[in-house]
Amino acid sequence: MTYREAIRAGLREALRSDPRVFLMGEDVGRYGGAYACSRGLLEEFGPERVRDTPLSESTFVGAGIGAALGGMRPIVEVMTVNFSLLALDQVVNNAATLRHMSGGQFSIPLAVRMATGGGRQLAAQHSHSLEGWYAHIPGIKVLTPATVADAKGMLLAALQDPDPVFIFEHAMLYPMEGELDEDAGAADISQARVRRQGNDVTLITFGGSLPKTLEAAEQLASLEIEAEVVDARVLRPLDISTFLTSVAKTHRVVIVDEAWRTGSFAAEISAQIMEQGFDHLDAPVARICAAEVPMPYAKHLEEAALPQVGIIVKTVQGL
Amino acid sequence: MSSRSLDLQGVSTTFTLTGEFEMQNIDINTIAQSDLQAVKQNHALTLLHEMLRIRRFEEKAAELYSLGMIRGFLHLYIGEEAVAVGAMQAFGQQDRIVATYREHGHALARGVPIRSLMAEMYGKANGCSRGRGGSMHLFDAGRRFYGGYAIVGGGLPIAVGLALADKLQSRPYVTACFFGDGAVAEGEFHESLNLAALWKLPVLFLCENNLYAMGTALARHQSQTDIAMKAQGYGFQGEAVDGMDVLAVEKATRRVADWVRQGKGPYLLEFRTYRFRAHSMYDPELYRTKEEVERWKERCPIATFQTWLRQQQLLADTTLAQIEAAVDHEIEDAIVFAEAGPSEPVEDLLRDVYTQEG
Ligand SMILES: Cc1ncc(C[n+]2csc(CCOP(=O)(O)OP(=O)(O)O)c2C)c(N)n1
Ligand SMILES: [Mg+2]
Repeated sequence: MTYREAIRAGLREALRSDPRVFLMGEDVGRYGGAYACSRGLLEEFGPERVRDTPLSESTFVGAGIGAALGGMRPIVEVMTVNFSLLALDQVVNNAATLRHMSGGQFSIPLAVRMATGGGRQLAAQHSHSLEGWYAHIPGIKVLTPATVADAKGMLLAALQDPDPVFIFEHAMLYPMEGELDEDAGAADISQARVRRQGNDVTLITFGGSLPKTLEAAEQLASLEIEAEVVDARVLRPLDISTFLTSVAKTHRVVIVDEAWRTGSFAAEISAQIMEQGFDHLDAPVARICAAEVPMPYAKHLEEAALPQVGIIVKTVQGL
Repeated sequence: MSSRSLDLQGVSTTFTLTGEFEMQNIDINTIAQSDLQAVKQNHALTLLHEMLRIRRFEEKAAELYSLGMIRGFLHLYIGEEAVAVGAMQAFGQQDRIVATYREHGHALARGVPIRSLMAEMYGKANGCSRGRGGSMHLFDAGRRFYGGYAIVGGGLPIAVGLALADKLQSRPYVTACFFGDGAVAEGEFHESLNLAALWKLPVLFLCENNLYAMGTALARHQSQTDIAMKAQGYGFQGEAVDGMDVLAVEKATRRVADWVRQGKGPYLLEFRTYRFRAHSMYDPELYRTKEEVERWKERCPIATFQTWLRQQQLLADTTLAQIEAAVDHEIEDAIVFAEAGPSEPVEDLLRDVYTQEG
């Protein structure tokens, strides 16, 4: 099963099992979703529950918040993170604040999904990786499913959560094949997970960089360096303890993050490791991030701008 | 000025009367003529009482602000009371209200307890938002008062979503969404009107056109200053109402709330009103003349309503004195409540960021 099919399975299961769940967003119905995640769902569930919206990111995200306040369990699909910028007001000023600002009177059980990331030569306006920005905001939860199992399990978990949950699906992952236990329900969304065991170095990553990091770990193994790969999975609330446990074993850390280096989420992970795990470290924490440039179109330039397997291997060797 | 009338017949079969802050349903089509007169008088006096409550509450809030008891932003509604009070008559307990940062009047008219409002302004734990919201973020889940939005235009999508929830759950409720003329320039206004009309949602858009967005006059921020007309661009109806006449506001709102409740889609009302005070406590009012403000004050919704009530022999001096005394007493009591209220312990700083389960 692919990552995309796992998301669709999650959507279908959610729509079947809970009448309060509905899906809305641009082109989720007739078109089947810009990334085909919701293909077939309009036919199965009808236009009331699979709702095509106009191009009004701010208003349909806000309407998702309102519908959640009104007793529904909306799933809002924002086509991509790039367009979510038009809805930032609703996210930052409403979704994240209403519970606190009302003294705890309201919960907002809202799931917002969007595609994120670069790597497809879509240039500077369609290649952003802003999940780290979102993770800056208290009041929301931020998930970055990087496996087929998490693609479905995290969506179901988001729908069980009483608070607004933002799910960032890396666009390069949609065709990825992986294992999915048909009966698997909601995934845990409180912990990071070790995806590969190793004693020599800890590689921390999330989302679209996980497959690259795992591949780098295999190459390192052939060089007799055993890397432990930790998938952060949840950027907020962040599970720092899983990182620290790994670092206590390996004493070296490299963080791989597709966002720009300055102010990246990698910087946050690095800071927390140094604050809480300084004594475990035998070398400074290293970061592999995107180059500080609006994403160029040309293939070789885009490749050079993004973290790649080669640079991960080289960085570990240089520690 | 429009000619006032207290004729509510034909608006709806049941008439929700908010006398003494309790809802009562009265069928005005079957009630005896003599009783109807009493009901009308009672109701008219309730409207006056409600407007005076808001006026005095805010006058007191301004005083407390200058004493430093209330801080942050404080936006007064003085001059616009007829809008909140008149409009709120049209909504039942299950209907939903979304307001702005200038929302003391809406909260009071909706029945949010005055004590909890004052305590909120004091930043106390017994405030309606536990001291986390302040003047701009008043909430009351039990009264379906959904706040308190201080990003101009930000409440409109929320109202659309609340109405969507009701429509999807086949509930006959109306979501009333208040916003200012300034919000009409925001993209969210246009997106929300479009979406509400496209999906035929039960939202009542209530624009409080007080002619200014902070210091920017309507004609300096709108290419088309007829706000009510804008609904037509989205295929539904809008109309302008004299926002200084509480009866006109009530009557129009009841009529269109019935329309919205019947599932006919959204409606836009533009209340033409005026803010007598500065935009907030920091505003030196360089953008308008004293004469302009004075001219509008002649149309004070409370003073003109009192005059009309006297002409109709519905208001005796003793009655007015009783109402004023009751309002003063209520506000003094609210201040005592707020001053005695506990402060949230700093150890609880991080509560209510996420839902605590279990
Ligand atoms: C998006 C946004 N921009 C600017 C402001 C600053 N601001 C606060 S109130 C206001 C004027 C709003 O005018 P209007 O909608 O007419 O409401 P009124 O204050 O007249 O009731 C402005 C510009 C804001 N709060 N939100
Ligand atoms: Mg205004």
